[in-house]
Amino acid sequence: MVCFGFTNCPDVCPTTLSEVVQVMGDLGDDAAFVQPIFISINPERDRRLGLDAFTQAFHPAILGLAGDAQATKASAASFKIFFAQEDAPEATDGYTMSHSSALYLVGPKGDWLRQLHHGTPAADILADLNSRF
Amino acid sequence: MKTILLATALLLAAPVAQACETFTIGDISVERAWSRASIGTDRPGVLYLEITNAGATDDALVGIATPADAMLMLHETVVKGGIASMSHVASISVAAGQTVALSPGGFHGMLMGLTEALTEGATFPVTLTFAQAGSVNVTVDVLSMRAEGPGCDDAK
Repeated sequence: MVCFGFTNCPDVCPTTLSEVVQVMGDLGDDAAFVQPIFISINPERDRRLGLDAFTQAFHPAILGLAGDAQATKASAASFKIFFAQEDAPEATDGYTMSHSSALYLVGPKGDWLRQLHHGTPAADILADLNSRF
Repeated sequence: MKTILLATALLLAAPVAQACETFTIGDISVERAWSRASIGTDRPGVLYLEITNAGATDDALVGIATPADAMLMLHETVVKGGIASMSHVASISVAAGQTVALSPGGFHGMLMGLTEALTEGATFPVTLTFAQAGSVNVTVDVLSMRAEGPGCDDAK
């Protein structure tokens, strides 16, 4: 269960991760078979602010990944996601990030399963996962 | 013992009750004001609430301020083609007879200069200014970082 984001994101990313938390809780014992991954599209700042503190505040199972610029581009290309830095004079450091907000399901062998758009109810994500066990 | 249990229950119930408090100025009422706990002050906080205009005249939220943050602004998350981006909005219209929600994935207040960390269970005041109705002070409840809503549906 993979999503992309940045830790300075106050609205979209916490909402997605809250859904992930709910799904992990509702999976019960089967949660052991699901690895939630949060890939930073703003890795330099996220490493500085502390990526783990952010993901751990949501759920201990969430793995936060922050690569270098090249690795970030490569993972974005692999998932065919979009991200961009946008000037925002009023924002912290003068910019904010726009990014694909979906949740992606990838199988244990790296096989692509599906994309769940932002706002998919946790119950629907849970039902999808349960149908795969 | 019963008294202690009751007192404890009331203490625990208090924050939930506050989350459902309604604040009114003229025809405008504001309710379900909540925020998420922050890790320190380096990252922006968020503000959600619902505004109802019970009057016959259109109004608009034109100003927002809080002592908890040096730079509170109105933002809107727009998801277009699966890509989420945020933009600053100068005001939010609240047409006569309508309710407008600042909620996850849409309009929200963004606190970009937190004076101190937002702690779960705490509250902070926000002053909302409307073009027609004037200003109203609202108490915002700080919920868990994992919160998805104001958690006061029972009161509805």
